[in-house]
Amino acid sequence: MLMTKKSKPKEGKTAVYLNGKFVGYHPDGKSLANRLRERRRMNELNYQVNIFYNSRVNELHLISDRGRVRRPYLVIENGKIRFTPEIVKRVKNNELGWQHLVKMGIIEYLDAQEEENTLIASRQEDITDEHTHLEVDPSNIFGVVASVLPYPEHNSSPRITMACAMAKQSLGIYATNFGTRYDTRAYAMYYPQQPVVSTSVYKALNLKEKSAGQNCVVALMSHHGYNMADAIVVNRSAVDRGLFRVVMFKTYETEERLYPGGQKDSIELPTPEVVGFRGEEAYSHLDEDGIVIPESAVKGRDVLVGKTSPPRFLEEISVFGAIEEKKRESSLPLKSGELGKVDSVLITEGPSGNRLVKARIRSVKTPEVGDKLASRHGQKGVIGLLVPHENMPFTECGVVPDLIVNPHAIPSRMTAGHLLEMLGGKAGAIGGKLNNGTAFSGDTEEQYRELLEKAGFDEYGEEVLYDGVTGKAIKVKIFVGVIYYQRLHHLVSNKMHVRSRGPVQLLTHQPTEGRAREGGLRFGEMERDCLIGYGASMLIKERLLEESDKTVQLVCSECGSTATHDYARNRNLCPVCGSENVQSVEISYAFKLLLDEIKSLYIFPRLLLGKKGG
Amino acid sequence: MKKTKNSIAPYEAVGVICAQSIGEPGTQMTMRTFHYAGVAEHVPTGLPRLIEIVDAKKEPKKPIIDIYLKKSYRSQAEAEKVAKELGSVFISDVASVNDDLENLAIRIKYSEKDGKVLGVTFNMLKKVIEEFSTDIRVSGSKMLLKPKPLKGKKGEKKRITAKFVRKLANKMKNAIVKGVKGIHRAVVIRDEKGEYFIRASGFNIIGASEHPAVDPSRVYTNNVKEIERIYGIEAARNAIKKEINDVMNMQRLYVDIRHITLISDAMTHSGDIKSIGRHGLSGQKTGVLGRAAFEETVKHLINASSIAEEEHLVGVTENIIVGQTVPVGTGKIKLLMKRTK
Repeated sequence: MLMTKKSKPKEGKTAVYLNGKFVGYHPDGKSLANRLRERRRMNELNYQVNIFYNSRVNELHLISDRGRVRRPYLVIENGKIRFTPEIVKRVKNNELGWQHLVKMGIIEYLDAQEEENTLIASRQEDITDEHTHLEVDPSNIFGVVASVLPYPEHNSSPRITMACAMAKQSLGIYATNFGTRYDTRAYAMYYPQQPVVSTSVYKALNLKEKSAGQNCVVALMSHHGYNMADAIVVNRSAVDRGLFRVVMFKTYETEERLYPGGQKDSIELPTPEVVGFRGEEAYSHLDEDGIVIPESAVKGRDVLVGKTSPPRFLEEISVFGAIEEKKRESSLPLKSGELGKVDSVLITEGPSGNRLVKARIRSVKTPEVGDKLASRHGQKGVIGLLVPHENMPFTECGVVPDLIVNPHAIPSRMTAGHLLEMLGGKAGAIGGKLNNGTAFSGDTEEQYRELLEKAGFDEYGEEVLYDGVTGKAIKVKIFVGVIYYQRLHHLVSNKMHVRSRGPVQLLTHQPTEGRAREGGLRFGEMERDCLIGYGASMLIKERLLEESDKTVQLVCSECGSTATHDYARNRNLCPVCGSENVQSVEISYAFKLLLDEIKSLYIFPRLLLGKKGG
Repeated sequence: MKKTKNSIAPYEAVGVICAQSIGEPGTQMTMRTFHYAGVAEHVPTGLPRLIEIVDAKKEPKKPIIDIYLKKSYRSQAEAEKVAKELGSVFISDVASVNDDLENLAIRIKYSEKDGKVLGVTFNMLKKVIEEFSTDIRVSGSKMLLKPKPLKGKKGEKKRITAKFVRKLANKMKNAIVKGVKGIHRAVVIRDEKGEYFIRASGFNIIGASEHPAVDPSRVYTNNVKEIERIYGIEAARNAIKKEINDVMNMQRLYVDIRHITLISDAMTHSGDIKSIGRHGLSGQKTGVLGRAAFEETVKHLINASSIAEEEHLVGVTENIIVGQTVPVGTGKIKLLMKRTK
């Protein structure tokens, strides 16, 4: 805390600070703090001022700065809550609103410092004489994301953390104007639903307008090993009907740039004379202005916006004295491996006044094996198998689950909330009612059991399932419920990558890196060590030489320097010693570079050749 | 027969397997440190200690000496007595030493309380102090010492300066009144077999062995260099083995002793202890390329060029660099075919 004036501690007197500045001494800081708080509750002091008495160093801090995080609490005085039944009645009659309660000192905002002087009860029943405040709702201890999770009090804390992290990756409706926006990458869900079991905060934030998930009928059982290790078996027919279907928007943009010398890019249909012309096929979707026609189906490397640029270097004046204009191709292509339709095209002006074209590509992402799903309890998994409706197990009344989740996912992770939400979702779905899973105050298991029993279901949510293939009843009862699942934005179609042959780097002649460059996977040092340890010499050579940067170099067998091929006389020649006794040697291109680099250090490396194969 | 069965195949990459066999469990080593019973100080265990051993540090961060006693001294009481005799006590432990720069003297005040605990009498203290100067005036528990003048090159007496007094006072503080030099904080501990022994910080093997109660054949320190100095390289080899093995076992990681033996052998086979790294084993690899590939690339290349060093491509890395088969495993095995006709 900033102190402008140094205060000397005075024996037995409280130093009083206002926003960190020393103001003066007071004989009894504690009672002063209490009196100030009393004044604040009478609205004589602004409700934004916080009072903090530090008994350890005997200092009183009054804080009215900006930038403090403050949170409302109900005020308790002498073990009695000031939010009395009479006031509750007046609030219910709409005589009083939140601001009134704040002004009346019934609700008080505390910051992190003043909170140190309080004892806050989370429930009304817990109030004792020592308590100074009561939480407005016990679930207020959670942040925004955690407040939306159902039944967090039934889950282990790491799983809540994970659930919060995953909720942020879920695909849904991220903004209600998504159709008119040009985000670089965006997803929108086809049929988003609000959860059957939600929380009071979910309702307060009106999240059902921007929901990100669907309620699924989930059976907790294994399915021929296709849901081992957190995989999830999904009903293919449900997917065909639109379950977790998502549309991806991707915006590509290009600009007509200005170059020094008054030259300019031009967005147009490139002609075959242009340097680097991609062939007629690539421009087939372009209109005559060089921009794609909306709703045309495009695939990898198709040009979206045709563009030509002036030459990089000024051309020399040709024999006839005229300057030959040779333009460069610089079109905007769709990234290789991508697929979609042109959703819309926007022609506008860039920040520096240049013509700017944006094309938004739309592609439907149907759930497929490998896509990631998660419930709101930190239970994530990838789709392991898509099973047609007729092969899925079904219940006595003909219900077929959307997802089959492995029960092994539950005990070690202690996510009882997952099970409770399944039960609550089932009860809600049967009764046509939305249930409340708010932390510490949600609907209880007993309530759900009663609802299920009344509807003629097993009170524990278990059902007899029949194998979809054989029609035989499965010998144990299976827990079936309805639970909200989210599709997370880790989609295989955006990550899948293979390479057998492909581009290499210019400098090293080694394969490129990364999916975007169609690269290879690095066979690193530790992988190399494993092969050495195993003694697989030939395999190491294959990985590190043949499949990487093998080159053939000419080496003079007399002096050991690199030799050249003389095309004019069609013979090999050593430029150092003039010998024609030259051998070709297989080495890695990286080694050739190393030799070059050593030469640049003024060290002359010689390669002494032995017998072939020796 | 049995020997053939149990010996390793030619060109098996034992070094890599050894490195992986120790390295992999090494990744699981917890940051949690276990304490040596009795020694209050924090003794490095786990990864830091492993690095210490492999780097062949001259002295461990916290050297420890375990001293076992002869048969007649093995009771707890006797051991405590020996421990008290072994543990060195400095003057500053039993007395306050202050320089009096005004009078160019040193004032020493004996603390009876500390002296009693550590078993140092006033006379013992006085005896040690007399070695510094005989000009001592005693009054009660206080002593006033006048330093004796130093003699110059030609035998003339040098003047005593304030600087000299300050220096002498500091030297005095660290003078030993009692016990063995380099052995501190000796405590008595019972081992798993119930035998009492003394554990102290420090590593003075010879000093400890000279005590009549100590069994000289059972004095051990974690200072490998000291073991090598006194008992020779074979003992050091065993000490490295034991130290590495102890570090791993303490974390409940069990590595085959043959891997550890290989490390120990590699470190000691040349006759003195070599570290694993730039200044030790890796720095003495035969191939230029192998050394250059490890660390200090340019230094090795330039040194090699100045003496026109030849690279014979005997090592693994060297061959990988030039793109040849590695002389390991299948890479070194050749087939000879007898041509008929």
